[in-house]
Amino acid sequence: MAQSETPPEALQKTPLHALHVALGAKMVPFGGYDMPVQYPTGILAEHLHTRSGAGLFDVSHMGQVTLHGSDAVAALETLVPGDLAILKEGAIRYSMFTDDAGGILDDLMITQRGTSLFLVVNAGCKLADIAHMQAKIGRRTNVEYHEDRALLALQGPAAAAVMARLAPNAAGQKFMTFRTGDVAGIPCFFTRSGYTGEDGYEISVPAARAADLATALLAEAEVKPIGLGARDSLRLEAGLCLYGHDIDTTTSPIEADLAWSISKRRRTEGGFPGAARIQRELAQGPARRRVGILPDGRAPAREGTEIVDANGAKIGTVTSGGFGPSVNAPISMGYVAGAFAAPGTPIGLVVRGKTMPARVASMPFAPHRYFRG
Amino acid sequence: MSELRFTKDHEWIRVEDGDVYAIGITAFAQGQLGDVVFVELPEVGKKVAKGGQAAVVESVKAASDIYAPVSGTVVAANDALAGEPGLVNADPTGAGWFFKMKATDTAEFQDLMDQAAYDAFVASLG
Repeated sequence: MAQSETPPEALQKTPLHALHVALGAKMVPFGGYDMPVQYPTGILAEHLHTRSGAGLFDVSHMGQVTLHGSDAVAALETLVPGDLAILKEGAIRYSMFTDDAGGILDDLMITQRGTSLFLVVNAGCKLADIAHMQAKIGRRTNVEYHEDRALLALQGPAAAAVMARLAPNAAGQKFMTFRTGDVAGIPCFFTRSGYTGEDGYEISVPAARAADLATALLAEAEVKPIGLGARDSLRLEAGLCLYGHDIDTTTSPIEADLAWSISKRRRTEGGFPGAARIQRELAQGPARRRVGILPDGRAPAREGTEIVDANGAKIGTVTSGGFGPSVNAPISMGYVAGAFAAPGTPIGLVVRGKTMPARVASMPFAPHRYFRG
Repeated sequence: MSELRFTKDHEWIRVEDGDVYAIGITAFAQGQLGDVVFVELPEVGKKVAKGGQAAVVESVKAASDIYAPVSGTVVAANDALAGEPGLVNADPTGAGWFFKMKATDTAEFQDLMDQAAYDAFVASLG
């Protein structure tokens, strides 16, 4: 995980900081915030609980932004390759800010709210993202940063039953859609989405009510607090990218295997930064590609591990890796040269000077269980 | 009760038989590491100098090196950890032992912290 070098006194706190400490969390710096990496039960139990019950995550460090005005869709399409014009009110898209070289500045979720767009961006990138939008499209759309809102994620197969009890307007909501309504009597926005591979919700709440909401959710029998450690192993098993590790300005969306997030219209028309490179890679195939990796043995291959071919020549690098508690085996993702990207391809991982056998694997490692209605 | 010493790296070392010692990590260390998912053990016959890297313990979060508390030769490795690395969390000073060494100089053992000194050292870490 990207742990900043910020000294503790300079770290920001989310509105749930005191609750994390009271719950016995081990706190670490992440994205400029003092965040819970785990609670006393530990990462393994937290991970497995999220896949069997419901886990509550504080993701208030992420940036929540609204773009106001009728030109917001066309304006934001000049900065991201996602198809926003096609979105109906209440629908959500995953996309990314690209730079002129086709690299990724950040990845984000975009909700069409009718007269505005609601964005959720990464903590470590949010100030740069806002400056980028103000500089590039600030004359076409009013960029509002919601510093006064917290964000909670409720994830897992029991999340829907919990929301059914606490949020009357959540009934029947489908994956990747947005609604407004009370949760535990508190006015919120909530999306049926998340970053664990499980069914679940992300709930945006006024900061002043965030602790009340978290306390109400934790009072439900199925819900336990989950830290960033399990959030990382859950998203890795789900095959999802972590910005600053699996994607950054040196990786294009096509190399990162995110071509699915770019519609036919946007591929054809372009009109976003770096379109020329992205169109070329779509036509010719990228030189390297993000893939899943399953080591044959039990040793985890972590970020930075060198990937080699049968002759020991370097063909890539691991960008995320560790142990997958639900897979009950080590799992990694990384970039390999195009010729080695097919699932099943034997590769080697250089761990502590020794080459360990592994195979390219299709992702997700743990099946997605989203609610598509 | 068998004689036990500790290092500042939170390893324990226990007299097994004369100059043969068992080595593992302390309850404090396993608590700091979190859930152990993999242990890489040294091969029997490997010679290690005091302070040299002898094993690797991996939790969900990170990999940590285990150093030899004394100089000597590895005479046994706890193969049970391959199938059940969680033994390190469940029973760090018992079934969760890592390896055994035949020491070249038993004085190195005597120089390490005893239980009282180690307890004071852990307390000083806050």
